Amino acid sequence: MFCEKAMELVRELHRTPEGHLPAFNEDGIRQVLEEMKALYEQNQSDVNDAKSGGRGDLIPTIKFRHCSLLRNRRCTVAYLYDRLLRIRALRWEYGSVLPSALRFHMSTEEMEWFNQYKKSLATYMRSLGGAEGLDITQDMKPPKSLYIEVRCLKDYGEFEVDDGTSILLKKNSQHFLPRWKCEQLIRQGVLEHVLS
Amino acid sequence: MTEELDLAGQDSDAGSEEVVLTPAELIERLEQEENLKRARKEDLKISIHRMEMERIRYVLSSYLRCRLTKIEKFFPHVLEKEKTRPEGEPSSLSPEEFAFAKEYMAHIETYLKNVALKHMPPNLQKVDLQRAVPKPDLDSYVFLRVKERQENILVEPEADEQKDYVIDLEEGSQHLIRYRTIAPLVASGAVQLI
Repeated sequence: MFCEKAMELVRELHRTPEGHLPAFNEDGIRQVLEEMKALYEQNQSDVNDAKSGGRGDLIPTIKFRHCSLLRNRRCTVAYLYDRLLRIRALRWEYGSVLPSALRFHMSTEEMEWFNQYKKSLATYMRSLGGAEGLDITQDMKPPKSLYIEVRCLKDYGEFEVDDGTSILLKKNSQHFLPRWKCEQLIRQGVLEHVLS
Repeated sequence: MTEELDLAGQDSDAGSEEVVLTPAELIERLEQEENLKRARKEDLKISIHRMEMERIRYVLSSYLRCRLTKIEKFFPHVLEKEKTRPEGEPSSLSPEEFAFAKEYMAHIETYLKNVALKHMPPNLQKVDLQRAVPKPDLDSYVFLRVKERQENILVEPEADEQKDYVIDLEEGSQHLIRYRTIAPLVASGAVQLI
């Protein structure tokens, strides 16, 4: 039956939980595009026969193929758009630099879109308020306290605090740091909020 | 100061948003207060100031994030609304938001075209994003608190069997009502979404 492959693409994403990005199904897209080409060419020839050859009986088939073409297009665009939305969410979750595991699942064009999105977002954030703008990808939760106790989960290296001093973030070391500076590192899994 | 920002209607599921010029001013105030860092660190007043700043920063960020999310979610409709905006009516978007929205749309269109659409049959290469992307549901229900008494608000029927009727909104009362009915009141500030 027509549109099977297109449906498979949609189902693949439907099954994938939010926040996850499966590998880009380049093969699937290619097959859908090929099917569309074949359907279109069959229709073109049938339309000619229907017009000049008086083959009015071909019209239902032509209409059917056209519906399949529309369905294929809809599924393809839905697949691609949904992936873009997931990739957009990655910027907000992980920051500007994506974990390499995720990057491997993105196509070159998706990566390019991600970079363009990042840039648009950065331009917008820089325009907020006075001098350097406001990073609205921080402060995702209401602040409970100024400083929090954090434990370092992996070796991260030097980390600069407000008054200019540097702290060495070594695995298993614990620190008492300003909450807002730690937010992104906590999300990336480098630090862990210790609740006493 | 945190209350001023709370009022900015973070709740409604509809697309209509207001440009609130206050964020820019508030952010500047935020940065002016950063200069207080230069005072003695042990000062308790500084800590309290900082906490207030953090709260302001959170509320501000949250509000701006909410706006951006809505712009991204409904981008073709937001841009269409801006395009067809009558002369003299203020924009719902700040100039920077408008620029962001245009770029967002352009990037998505280019991406879809290059990856899929240009490889499709000629008569199928154009996708009307106005129809493809869902519109904000202006008939969804929202909670509101009445700030200024309103009389004779016409509530249109949802189902055919119902008739339209008229209600009065008392000051201070709270309601659950379809957004479309009270949309202009949100814009004028007569009601506050909660």
